[in-house]
Amino acid sequence: MNNPDISTDKKMSDFHHALKIVDDLCIGCSKCMNICPTHAIRVRNGKARLMDNRCIDCGECYRICPVSAIIIEQDDFSRIFNFKHRVALVPAVFFAQFAAKHSVEQITQTLLELGFTHVFEIENGARLIRQETRNLLAENRELKPLISTFCPAIVRLVQVKFPALVHHLMLLKPPLDAAAIWFRHHLEQHGARRDETGIFYVTQCAAKIAAIKSPAEGEASPISGVINMDEIYNKVSAKLKDGEEGLAQTTGTQVTMLGAEDVLWSLTTGESSQITGKRLAIDGVHNVTNFLEKLEQEEHPAFDFLELRACDESCAGGVLTTENRFLTAERMRSRARRCAAILPEKGSASLMHFDDEIRPLLTIAEIKPRSMMKLDEDMGEALRKMKMIRQIMQMLPMVDCGACGSPGCHALAEDIVQGRGMMENCIFIQRRYEQKGMLKPEVSAEIVKKIWGANKIDNENK
Amino acid sequence: MTFTYEIEGGNFSRAGSASSDIKKALKQLDLDYNIIKRVVVSIYEAEVNIVAHARRGTLTADIDADGIVVVLDDEGPGIPDIEAAMTTGFSTASPRVREMGFGAGMGLPNIKKNADSLHIQSTVGVGTRLEIAVNFK
Repeated sequence: MNNPDISTDKKMSDFHHALKIVDDLCIGCSKCMNICPTHAIRVRNGKARLMDNRCIDCGECYRICPVSAIIIEQDDFSRIFNFKHRVALVPAVFFAQFAAKHSVEQITQTLLELGFTHVFEIENGARLIRQETRNLLAENRELKPLISTFCPAIVRLVQVKFPALVHHLMLLKPPLDAAAIWFRHHLEQHGARRDETGIFYVTQCAAKIAAIKSPAEGEASPISGVINMDEIYNKVSAKLKDGEEGLAQTTGTQVTMLGAEDVLWSLTTGESSQITGKRLAIDGVHNVTNFLEKLEQEEHPAFDFLELRACDESCAGGVLTTENRFLTAERMRSRARRCAAILPEKGSASLMHFDDEIRPLLTIAEIKPRSMMKLDEDMGEALRKMKMIRQIMQMLPMVDCGACGSPGCHALAEDIVQGRGMMENCIFIQRRYEQKGMLKPEVSAEIVKKIWGANKIDNENK
Repeated sequence: MTFTYEIEGGNFSRAGSASSDIKKALKQLDLDYNIIKRVVVSIYEAEVNIVAHARRGTLTADIDADGIVVVLDDEGPGIPDIEAAMTTGFSTASPRVREMGFGAGMGLPNIKKNADSLHIQSTVGVGTRLEIAVNFK
């Protein structure tokens, strides 16, 4: 009996993914399968398998993997040296990875010592995005609520799981894009050639990488490469340790003065607190999913604006951060209080001179639904499959144990009708068939091996 | 395909579970999202009506390739004046129900607006039967 491979389910795999499973490291423990909010993972032959069309790059699997078998792709750090002008585009979350004794200036200095020629904070783009958000909300009278597109994992969650809500997504790029475009303009005005400038995004977020690398999201990104935050954190930490005694105080860096509300943008309520009207901020991908289920049913009073973030504590809890998310958030709030004391009036005014050029580039052309729920394009066929799923569900134990290699009984039923699994994958069904003499225990064992790998059955002492 | 649900009067914390379940089923079909929304909104309103006004009820949904027909039968007070109940803003909901955000007199008018057809039969003191249909094409 052969278990069909899940890779047959490829028809909508035009999503680019930053998350990859390393087979050699994967121990097939199924923790990732059970936590995935879109049921995108199965276990086959003792390894986790990702279904491309369902994965939203939220990184929950990366977080929970006990053996670090899930990796997030990035560009090689040495790539920065292909460029004459090497810009590190860094989010405020990065500076908050370090203890308060390390100032933003000192960390910036260390980044320059690593080889960057410029360091620019992403939140410099927040002011313009804030204005555009307010404009879009002011123009919007009919379509409530507008859902923020700041969090790329949420955008994908809506696309695959809540296709009916896709038109609520605000067609506005995040501060990252505004900051990258602004800095390109800035360098070009100072004589830098486009091809000499490499803008590298130091990121805490797998979904951002996927969004940047995804050709499906439209035009070429202003960002040349992506470097994972944990890697830069290690490099900066090493240098900070080296220079503990005599801290070099150099200038010539690109530190701009952010307003408090800019610093706080990527934390929960960072966006929603900046607009008027009925708004709500929710963080955590499972919390957001629950809310969107209700919203789809119009069970909630009309909100004007929803700020939805996949990570708990928003970007402070990004999958590639190193520091505890609550500490990070508190450091950011503390920095914001200092910013507010220095710059009491709203936000930085220093970057306004390209606004008119940048503004038109901040619109997202279109976001299309990519439903993962459709059983079939053909209505009759879909109904037939739906009926089959119900019949299969009657037979399954409803234990949701995951021993079949699918995340729960309903997922197995769906896998069976879609040709990705079979009834005998269920260990309860196996026992039932064995009792009736329909299945030999040896065959059951073979089936289990095909799901969990031979060594989990054959090796008594692992 | 037939889906059947029991609805418990007064249990507001469970209100919407039948419509949520039907929504999940419809999302598996290749339907226009607006149609799904119209179905779900009308069933939800009808479900809440039973929770808010009746002792108990059943919801039966029949789905085929052409559309969905939902029949809701309840044991409850019945509607003395159906025409008045169909008027936006008309409500007999108790203050307690209104406090929970229900009973704004939008229910039946909203169902009528979203469904392709709505039939109401009601006997005062016995119960109400709603038949809601939405076509898929």
